[in-house]
Amino acid sequence: MSDHDSGTDRTALTAFAWLWVGLPLAYGLYELAQKASQLFSG
Amino acid sequence: MTPGILDRSRSVAPPGWSRWLVPPAALSVHLSIGQAYAWSVFKPPLESALDLSGTQSALPFQLAIVMLGLSAAFGGTLVERRGPRWAMAVSLACFSTGFLIAALGAATRQYWLVVLGYGFVGGIGLGIGYISPVSTLIKWFPDRPGMATGIAIMGFGGGALIASPWSARMLDSFGSDSDGIATAFLVHGLTYAVFMTLGVLLVRVPPEGWRPPAGPPAAAPRALVTTAQVSARNAVRTPQFWCLWVVLCMNVTAGIGILEKAAPMITDFFAGTDTPVTASAAAGFVALLSLANMAGRLLWSSTSDVIGRKNMYRVYLGAGALMYLVIARLGDSSKPLFVVCALVILSFYGGGFATVPAYLKDLFGTYQVGAIHGRLLTAWSTAGVLGPLIVNRVADSQEEAGRSGPGLYGLSLGIMIGLLAVGFVANELIRPVDPRHHEPERAGGGTGDTADAEGATDGADGAPTAPGDAYDTRKDPR
Repeated sequence: MSDHDSGTDRTALTAFAWLWVGLPLAYGLYELAQKASQLFSG
Repeated sequence: MTPGILDRSRSVAPPGWSRWLVPPAALSVHLSIGQAYAWSVFKPPLESALDLSGTQSALPFQLAIVMLGLSAAFGGTLVERRGPRWAMAVSLACFSTGFLIAALGAATRQYWLVVLGYGFVGGIGLGIGYISPVSTLIKWFPDRPGMATGIAIMGFGGGALIASPWSARMLDSFGSDSDGIATAFLVHGLTYAVFMTLGVLLVRVPPEGWRPPAGPPAAAPRALVTTAQVSARNAVRTPQFWCLWVVLCMNVTAGIGILEKAAPMITDFFAGTDTPVTASAAAGFVALLSLANMAGRLLWSSTSDVIGRKNMYRVYLGAGALMYLVIARLGDSSKPLFVVCALVILSFYGGGFATVPAYLKDLFGTYQVGAIHGRLLTAWSTAGVLGPLIVNRVADSQEEAGRSGPGLYGLSLGIMIGLLAVGFVANELIRPVDPRHHEPERAGGGTGDTADAEGATDGADGAPTAPGDAYDTRKDPR
């Protein structure tokens, strides 16, 4: 048995799950990048 | 009796379940519990609202980290036995309830409730949550265990990046008095409960006989990777476990050496030069270090799947020591050189955390790797005390001796190089585990997965050994 054994399509669920964790992480990274830029501008 | 919804046997993946659903399940837990490193946001408001000292306001965080180590060390076997869904549900319940108890404490101005809630109850959630997805990820990704655990453990670093600005904005909105802090704790508890639910619902263990999809053939056989299985109780009796304990402890201590003093260090190094560093630039430097710490967890842990775990730690410890040497000798001559060296050191610090579960899997098999990982995390707790103690004591003594600028840090940097050298030697001493520690093989050629020396029966999560995972354990590790 492997990832591809079944016809069940989990693409939508996989996309939702990654967005669920990816969006907050992107917010955190954005805030961090803004703060880190002070090293070069400060 | 019908097993409960959280039971391991009820979380076996149905046909067609994608293994790429497991990393986001793990991330939903690790991104949440990583909030612990953003506790400092609550310190100043708590100090003014409840009239606390700095030492008192740090207590919930310190107790949480102690409980993380203890619950990971002592709860690891239970996590292996009950499965990842149970572990994630316990983590959710403890972490969320901890915030709710802390909210009650802030609202009633009973600080001991904040310490009990966030520190004790929430800390159990940290420890159980930290190890909850490790063995499951390794079993789903036997072809890329470093990458898989790197994703999850990167989440622990990412949690603070999210929580720090989010919590600060919440305190701005609700106010920094005790009622505002209580409301912020309440919102944290409820939001994290919802966010972590995804992990509880999504996590699945691979069914018996599951194999990863065929990928490109491995470049070379991995000499260290064993097909044998070692229980957690036996693992702690092996020199390999303690060598790895020293490796992790030294690597983390050296990383903390930079983290603890990052802002004053860069300021002092360039204080007497044409390009002094301002306070806001120093804050930007600290933020950049956090990014390197997080990125290193995924980058270097994934790299270890290619070059081997022992080689990866040679890089962390050997090149890390070299970076410290460059900072000590040439750091004040070039700001970019100083920054790059510090970033590399911090990326190695994060990488050291993220690569260790895969190293444990290589040495001890998948049988109780989560429990063994939990026991190994006591090295982190030790380094958490050791690192700041060394750096702060040395910096204070150098200041008393009248030194200034880079001279304040020369001795600290030398000590860090020495610690990394000790870790390097410990890594070199790691050899395959003596077969007398292996679990007996089951009839039919199994790996003894259900013959738990501590009385655990693993049930449906049979730790199948995947193709490409079977190598000669007698050779020297790479």
